Amino acid sequence: MLFKKPQVAFYPFMVLRDDYKCVRCKSCVDQCSFDATYYDEDLNMIMNHHENCVNCKRCEAFCPTDAIKVVKNPSTFHPDANWTPEAIRDIHVQMLTGAVILTSTGNDKPIKNYFDHLLLDACQVTNPPIDPLREPMELKTFIGRKTDQLQFDSDGVSIKTTIGKQLELEIPVLFSAMSYGSINLNLQKAMAIACREFGTYWNTGEGGLHKSLREFKDHTIVQVASGRFGVDLEYLETSAAIEIKIGQGAKPGIGGHLPGEKVNEGIAETRMIPVGSDAISPAPHHDIYSIEDLRQLIYALKEATNYEKPVFVKIAAVHNVAAIACGIAHAGADAIAIDGVRGGTGATPKSLRDHVGIPIEMAIAAVDDRLRKEGLRNEVSLIAAGGFRSAVDVLKAIALGADAVYIGTVAKLAAGCTQCQQCHTGRCAWGITTNNPKLAKRLNPDIVAENLYNLLRAWAHDIKELLGAMGINAIESIKGNRLRLRSWGLTEQENKILGVLPAGM
Amino acid sequence: MEVKQIGDGVYEITCGTTHYREVNAKVRELVNAGAQKVILKEVYGQRYIGTGIKGKVKIEVHGTAGNDLGIFLYGPEIEVFGNAQDGVGNTMRDGKIVVRGHAGDVCGYGMRGGKVYVEGDVGYRVGIHMKGYKNLVPTFIVGGKAGNFFGEYMAGGILILLGLNRKPGEDIVGDYCATGMHGGVIYVRGEVPKRYLGKEVKVFEPTLEDMKLLTEELKGFSEAFNIPVDEILSEPFTKIVPVSARPYGRMYAHRWGIATGLIK
Repeated sequence: MLFKKPQVAFYPFMVLRDDYKCVRCKSCVDQCSFDATYYDEDLNMIMNHHENCVNCKRCEAFCPTDAIKVVKNPSTFHPDANWTPEAIRDIHVQMLTGAVILTSTGNDKPIKNYFDHLLLDACQVTNPPIDPLREPMELKTFIGRKTDQLQFDSDGVSIKTTIGKQLELEIPVLFSAMSYGSINLNLQKAMAIACREFGTYWNTGEGGLHKSLREFKDHTIVQVASGRFGVDLEYLETSAAIEIKIGQGAKPGIGGHLPGEKVNEGIAETRMIPVGSDAISPAPHHDIYSIEDLRQLIYALKEATNYEKPVFVKIAAVHNVAAIACGIAHAGADAIAIDGVRGGTGATPKSLRDHVGIPIEMAIAAVDDRLRKEGLRNEVSLIAAGGFRSAVDVLKAIALGADAVYIGTVAKLAAGCTQCQQCHTGRCAWGITTNNPKLAKRLNPDIVAENLYNLLRAWAHDIKELLGAMGINAIESIKGNRLRLRSWGLTEQENKILGVLPAGM
Repeated sequence: MEVKQIGDGVYEITCGTTHYREVNAKVRELVNAGAQKVILKEVYGQRYIGTGIKGKVKIEVHGTAGNDLGIFLYGPEIEVFGNAQDGVGNTMRDGKIVVRGHAGDVCGYGMRGGKVYVEGDVGYRVGIHMKGYKNLVPTFIVGGKAGNFFGEYMAGGILILLGLNRKPGEDIVGDYCATGMHGGVIYVRGEVPKRYLGKEVKVFEPTLEDMKLLTEELKGFSEAFNIPVDEILSEPFTKIVPVSARPYGRMYAHRWGIATGLIK
């Protein structure tokens, strides 16, 4: 039918090389992990398979003479609002493979970002703003079950009530679950170091905890997912908290699937499966078909660890998220993590990534509302996840009702990611989402740890500046304080769900 | 709850209707203080018995063990004189569980080490997602029959189904046996009609090697329930193994698949 495969004929990106500047050093050839660049000896030219280029920009970054630019292919399909190039290319892939299209890096569709439609308040005249550079400002956050009331001893000062285990965060930001296998140990190590230095937590994801990272125990949240990879008593004990993963924003309702070719010796040992075997996490936990069953697993984990670890439950933000969250609170979880539709460092079928779930902003507001109405809000902490880009997003989420925020993509960006959406291929040229030893060593854990630390430091100060402007000196005082938010450009219904007033009111 | 010492390092706890949290805390406390054996009397469905303990302590359960008996088990030996409910040996790592009766659903879920022997029947989804890695190989033996989804998603380990003491006309296993299986091995005493099996597996006649393994694995079961190994082996076994360690390898693709040869 066709002389060339459509993928070869119509490619989305191309590599432009300035032949005058190119010194034939071949560093671009070395760096490209997608077989898009090669050296032709006869011509003494660097050539390209443009169809393989994914726009990761690794060659651009490593060209010593700035001879390379990766650009969008100017030759595109006929402009059509319905039959976009993406729609056409997806058909081309599926007609040749008969397979579901995999992708990664989170939803890239223009789903309305409500954070961009929310504005923060500031103090003027009637109440003074606070200068965070010279005045104390509290970002410390405690994650865990809080008691209904405090009882005091007869001296009126000492507290009689025992409060359950809490995680103590210096900034209301934690690193989201990314498993060893989906990312490599270098990034996990970098996150662990940054967390220990700054005073927050990272999450192992569902791939177990590699023995070299056990020293970061006190800053590690270990995850228990349906595949139960790497889960045993020792794993549960080597943690600050345990998270039951029910779902994630990148792929609500389906399980994980680490392809066999990615399962090398280290991953096999950590996950406790043979080398080369698929690591399949079923869609449900087969011992959880109800809230009562969830309670059973929560208390199994508490029993196993002698009630010393807070137990989180992570779900994807779906339509009836508020009711589910209430169930989770009733089931005895210490914290609920909710991952919105933009969430997604995970490899996922494209149709799920782009079309399943609801925005995290709506989910936070709905869950916070419902938990308050049921008198459960103090019983669980609420951690929001899914596409958080900045300190401002974090603060707005907290004002909407979250206790803290999980960030995943941000950690990858700080490690050099250029969002080329190829995590699932295991060929990441930046050495982040690959366990190919040659590629993985491109990521230096110490340098990335420093980057992550800087990022947390910057966000902490950013939040303090914003709080100061609002005349607030503790993050606690903005939690669920939606009166300090105003919206613009939203409908009455959207304002109602978010529980905010439009600007001017 | 009543606790008494009945021998050197041997304790007896009469559980009655005491909440599992108190019973399990007491067991852990006794074990930490050096108890070798804890006998639980009048167990009325208390959950999570045996979890959170490291080491080779013996626990006897008289009555009905509740859900998740021996979940995350890490060494103890548990013997149940009665039936057990759902989730026996859930995500178990090491140790032994003997049930002198029937057991419920999802037993041996994600199990990666140790032995479980059930004398009677088991419910649905038993042996689901069992795993094996190098010398960590779990064994789960069922004396009676099993429900649907037996050995579903199995990724490693050994699952043995004997179907002893069946009434005439009773099936040994339910529908969708070994669906999604991608590792490990299932041995069934007798034949399994193909219509009961998932599409990811194939049936073989056990080789001499298999029979050696079976004989070895059945020793413990034979000792526990006093049934001679020869008697168990008197009927031919069926061996069920996965066709591929990557059952869903060709279900997913991506645009960049040309260079990998995925798009041909």
